[in-house]
Amino acid sequence: MSSRIYLPRDTTAVALGADEVAVAVLEQTGEQAGKRSLAIELVRNGSRGMFHLEPLLEAEHHGRRIAFGPVCAGDIPGLLDALAGDAAGHPLYLGVTEDIPWLKGQQRLTFARAGLGDPLCLAHYRSLDGFAGLEKALRLTPQAIVTEVNESGLRGRGGAAFPAGIKWQTVLDTPASQKYIVCNADEGDSGTFADRLLMEADPYQLIEGMIIAGLAVGATRGYIYLRSEYPKALQVLNAAIATAGEQGYLGDDICGSGKCFHLEVRVGAGAYICGEETALLDSLEGKRGMVRVKPPLPAIEGLFGKPTLVNNVLTIAAVTTVLARGAAFYHGFGVGHTRGTLTLQLAGNIRRGGLVEVPFGTSLQQVIEVFGGGSYSGRPIRAIQVGGPLGAYLPPSLWDTPLDCEVFVAMGAMLGHGGVVVFDDTVDMSAQARYAMEFCAVESCGKCTPCRIGSVRGVEVIDRIIAKQEPEMNRALLLDLCDTMEQGSLCAMGGLTPMPVRSALNHFPEDFG
Amino acid sequence: MPIQQIIEQRVQEYRDVPGGLLPLLHAIQGDIGYVPPESIEAIARGLNLSRAEVHGVISFYHDFRSAPGGRHMLQICRAEACQAMGSGELEAHAKNTLGIDYGGTTADGAISLEPVYCLGNCACSPSVRIDDSIHARVDAAALDALIASLVETGEAK
Repeated sequence: MSSRIYLPRDTTAVALGADEVAVAVLEQTGEQAGKRSLAIELVRNGSRGMFHLEPLLEAEHHGRRIAFGPVCAGDIPGLLDALAGDAAGHPLYLGVTEDIPWLKGQQRLTFARAGLGDPLCLAHYRSLDGFAGLEKALRLTPQAIVTEVNESGLRGRGGAAFPAGIKWQTVLDTPASQKYIVCNADEGDSGTFADRLLMEADPYQLIEGMIIAGLAVGATRGYIYLRSEYPKALQVLNAAIATAGEQGYLGDDICGSGKCFHLEVRVGAGAYICGEETALLDSLEGKRGMVRVKPPLPAIEGLFGKPTLVNNVLTIAAVTTVLARGAAFYHGFGVGHTRGTLTLQLAGNIRRGGLVEVPFGTSLQQVIEVFGGGSYSGRPIRAIQVGGPLGAYLPPSLWDTPLDCEVFVAMGAMLGHGGVVVFDDTVDMSAQARYAMEFCAVESCGKCTPCRIGSVRGVEVIDRIIAKQEPEMNRALLLDLCDTMEQGSLCAMGGLTPMPVRSALNHFPEDFG
Repeated sequence: MPIQQIIEQRVQEYRDVPGGLLPLLHAIQGDIGYVPPESIEAIARGLNLSRAEVHGVISFYHDFRSAPGGRHMLQICRAEACQAMGSGELEAHAKNTLGIDYGGTTADGAISLEPVYCLGNCACSPSVRIDDSIHARVDAAALDALIASLVETGEAK
């Protein structure tokens, strides 16, 4: 009897010991193999995003995939014995993977394939409807592709939630000798890892989305700007691009259509600001990552002065679903103007952290209770920061708000890229407010004064409030400084740094003396 | 190969790549371990930039070093998700144990310590990166074990 065993090659799985587990599995398939009645084939898959269960080992068992986790190397001999006999009796047995409630309760569209197989196996990708969106796009006119994206209601997933169709239309309508597609994979927000997970688990989906974007707006060259903090994603993407090229999906004649698209990964160099699209373009041009004044919009004058479509990893990946299954299918999920699914990343002090893809409109409370299972420390949860380092800290009274872009903006918060960072009751919110300003001072590109100087002054003012020096006056000064940064900054870095600061002040005043 | 020759080769390789300065600097740092200040002139000449522009790019990005670092790079994540899991104490422990601050290198040349802002491992914080490997749920004891393994491999060399 032979059995296929899956063990993720994902960053978090490996950070928790998946490679050591893989070595232990291979040892059992070597000289030990003769002693067992079970022949084993090891597949290093992507992660399903259930990071609290990593390393998650899956095995094919009587035609279904069953899971065990978290597994360590020492568990392997016993686990393989259990697979040959009473699998369900093993203490780490989690049941049929797809029936695990944490996974079953999600609505996976973009992450439907994540963790199913070897991320670099093109045949596997094709067997799961991979390239169905591209095949459809190759039969459509550029305008028809853009119309499909527009009608789907897809909005940018980097954080700003700008309607994707409008951006695509602008690039399509701007005539030029050369246009570019730039994928923003500079996922710098703390508490976010969805882009990384997708690139490591399902890289061909991103590549397919990039090609579709190129066909749609008439761009023949694309760049994926990847942060240097993601060494594994870099390996996977480069290998996937090479294979896609060999198989005729990239290059001068995509799938025999005569259409051309070249794709390359460029690695950042540890600058958070390069996640801002115009700073990213400067960085891609080989310059300091300085924010540009808009207008001109990148869609009209972007990379090397040419019309450029800049979209986040998840936005570009979602386009494959929109094309393969139609705009109406995608539009069928979500609420109000926020369509499709929301990719949340449960992080920080949380018991069951990981990637949760659900329709927009679910509440934060539901997500934290049903999926998160409370804090990791077991202490009461006090604050949740949603939307990365520029997002608001929310107190328990606001957790029943539906996860909807407009509703969050109306209460002085944002969904951003979907990061959900949980803090227990040991958190000092004045320290978090101070850190928001400190982070801005470290990462500001320095082009505009409110961000460059304001962040430094912000740290100083918060220090004085904490030290109880003229607290009333300094509090007023801090709020005034927040106004200046919000209204006078060139981009979201300086403009949104006040959001975590204000929310900490407003919702947790007791921490400021 | 002498450093100047490595630099010249890399400049030739990237001079015609659009926006090639960042990939070039990554390549030089990959070869030599840092971007030597004496490489600036050759880079500027090759890419038709001013020396000020090249220096400006090197100094803008956290990743590029202008002086040699230790044999290993230890980065501790300072961002919010790791803070929520006690990375502040981990940072203090690392600085104490190694006897250096961020930006420093241990006297034996084994380890350089740097902050990092998010490694994308936020569901299993605190996170540290050592060279190209990332470690999850690192407490003081786990960090001590990791540091010990680095010092040993350093001595073995």
